[in-house]
Amino acid sequence: MSVITDQKPQDPPPGLRSRKRRRVADPAFRWFVTITGTSVFIILAAMVVRTTTEAWPIFQHQGFFGFLTGDRWVSGGSRSDDPADFTGVYGAWPFIYGTLVTALIAIVLALPLALCIAFYINQLAPRRLRKPLSYTVEMLAAVPSIVFGMWGLFWLVPNVLRPFFEWLESWAGGFFLFEGPVFGPGYLAAGIVLAIMILPIITAIVREVIAVNPMDQQNAAYALGATRFEVMRKVILPSSFSGIVGASMLGLGRAVGETIAVMMLIGSTKSWDSSLLQRGDSMAALIASLFKEATPEGVRGLMAIGVALFLFTMVINVAARLLVWRIGRVAGDAAV
Amino acid sequence: MTPSPTQTEERTAPPAGPGAAGPAADSAADSAAAEGTPPEESTATQPAEEQEPVQDAVFDLQDVSVRYGSFIAVGDITMKVPRHQVTAFIGPSGCGKSTLLRCLNRMNDLVPGASVTGELIYNGENVYAPDVDPAEVRRRIGMVFQKPNPFPKSIYENVAFGPRLNGFSGDLDGLVQQSLERVGLWSEVKDKLKESGHALSGGQQQRLCIARAIAVEPDVLLMDEPCSALDPIATLKIEDLIHQLKSTYSIVIVTHNMQQAARVSDRTAFFSVNIDDHQGMRTGRLVEYDRTTKIFNNPAQQRTEDYVTGRFG
Repeated sequence: MSVITDQKPQDPPPGLRSRKRRRVADPAFRWFVTITGTSVFIILAAMVVRTTTEAWPIFQHQGFFGFLTGDRWVSGGSRSDDPADFTGVYGAWPFIYGTLVTALIAIVLALPLALCIAFYINQLAPRRLRKPLSYTVEMLAAVPSIVFGMWGLFWLVPNVLRPFFEWLESWAGGFFLFEGPVFGPGYLAAGIVLAIMILPIITAIVREVIAVNPMDQQNAAYALGATRFEVMRKVILPSSFSGIVGASMLGLGRAVGETIAVMMLIGSTKSWDSSLLQRGDSMAALIASLFKEATPEGVRGLMAIGVALFLFTMVINVAARLLVWRIGRVAGDAAV
Repeated sequence: MTPSPTQTEERTAPPAGPGAAGPAADSAADSAAAEGTPPEESTATQPAEEQEPVQDAVFDLQDVSVRYGSFIAVGDITMKVPRHQVTAFIGPSGCGKSTLLRCLNRMNDLVPGASVTGELIYNGENVYAPDVDPAEVRRRIGMVFQKPNPFPKSIYENVAFGPRLNGFSGDLDGLVQQSLERVGLWSEVKDKLKESGHALSGGQQQRLCIARAIAVEPDVLLMDEPCSALDPIATLKIEDLIHQLKSTYSIVIVTHNMQQAARVSDRTAFFSVNIDDHQGMRTGRLVEYDRTTKIFNNPAQQRTEDYVTGRFG
């Protein structure tokens, strides 16, 4: 096609100044995004400040470390906000312990399983099974926790876990973590159901992380005589380290914050026992089960628990960052 | 561009009859290798073209075809790859040369749907026999890839990876040093062995990958366009390295660069694509396989000549 034209030149191209519409829309959009973006700080600050001020008299009443380490919890009936008038005893240790051990049990059981499932889906499963498998995993993640709680309480505990706990107690009952008597509901039951609950989210993320692992490095290892397992262990796992830690943190976060299923399965007592077979309570479950009948003083106690729970998750997050930063560098994670 | 034959063998008239090949032809290789391997005598199956038969073959391919599902990527390859020489695979894109290379050490096993038929004999053993362990095959037959792919680990750990994997118990530091020396990288990296392999330049990374491959003491090195991501100077270094390595290893190199094939290889296999008009199936075929000097100076096939002179492909 000829490009020679005898037409007069068209209008000159538009100048360098922007057209009107953009002059309005662009700054507006920028302001909107800036406000929404920075609002996370405001929300976080508002929440922390509010709960901490509400809980402050309790910390004054008990002392902060007294609150964290005390193992008795008796709500008082005072309506005043002067700590001197408080009549209750607020020791959060049993609930910190409950949250800690249930979350730990959950992550210790779920992480290895999730790695295996993700590896199977990604590397070993027949091609036509992969899609259905990963959809199923994601669907499992969408099951409401109350359903897990009911299933755990009415089926899993009586049919599977109780017999297992009885066997465990008869076999290792002398060890302080497995002392009887066996009830059924308790730390271990809650931890096991939590493991099932957080398994899908960890699996789904780990699967994604493994899937984006560069093929050329896997090929390099195969070409050196590595088996599939060795490629998994020595190439994929090290370079997916930060992703796996991230997945674990999400799972742990869910386990720490999970309320309703734990409430149904942990046995709900305010007394503390170190044995995993015993009943107890977790921080989130305690708040959920007490807030309705709480006195004004009791609400402050629960606020204090909320502050402790928040601190707890913050410590976990910082620890995870440090872990990624320390080990990720050594393991050669490309993302660090 | 005149190819420079790396071996100064006299270009005797190609022996027509099988088995009667002049001992001078592959003498350089024979003297270096031949650890108890019986000399190849089964050249009778070769078509009586004017090819010089390979005397001491490390690979012996009989009617090898590679399929992806029902698609035949490369079909009916019959050839022998000589020991302790450099064999180049050249040809246009899609002719199956990389596919064939990757089936020599069973890397194609990792591609879903890939299957290999025919006989692929490596040192007297069928590589695709049911009781063969692919990992063991790959340990003996190392591979260098198109894109330098060091692990995101230290230089030292990159080289030590293979030996560790294979349970090497000995002087690992010495082995790492020796491997890096062999690829001419030692003097450049000896003070920064703890640094990441990714901190090196592209050419250094590729030499690191070669060091990593030879650290497991393989028998064969397969190179899949090892210089295509490198600048000319780095390419030259790799080519020099290939010359040095062939005294110890049998090397098969896939290249798009015909000058490179002419410079580094002793034998050249030219592949091309046959298109089936009825089904539109594109299948890679071996067109001609002979001494590099012959392929580039006096090819027997018109298609080869068209390709090496740049008139096609």
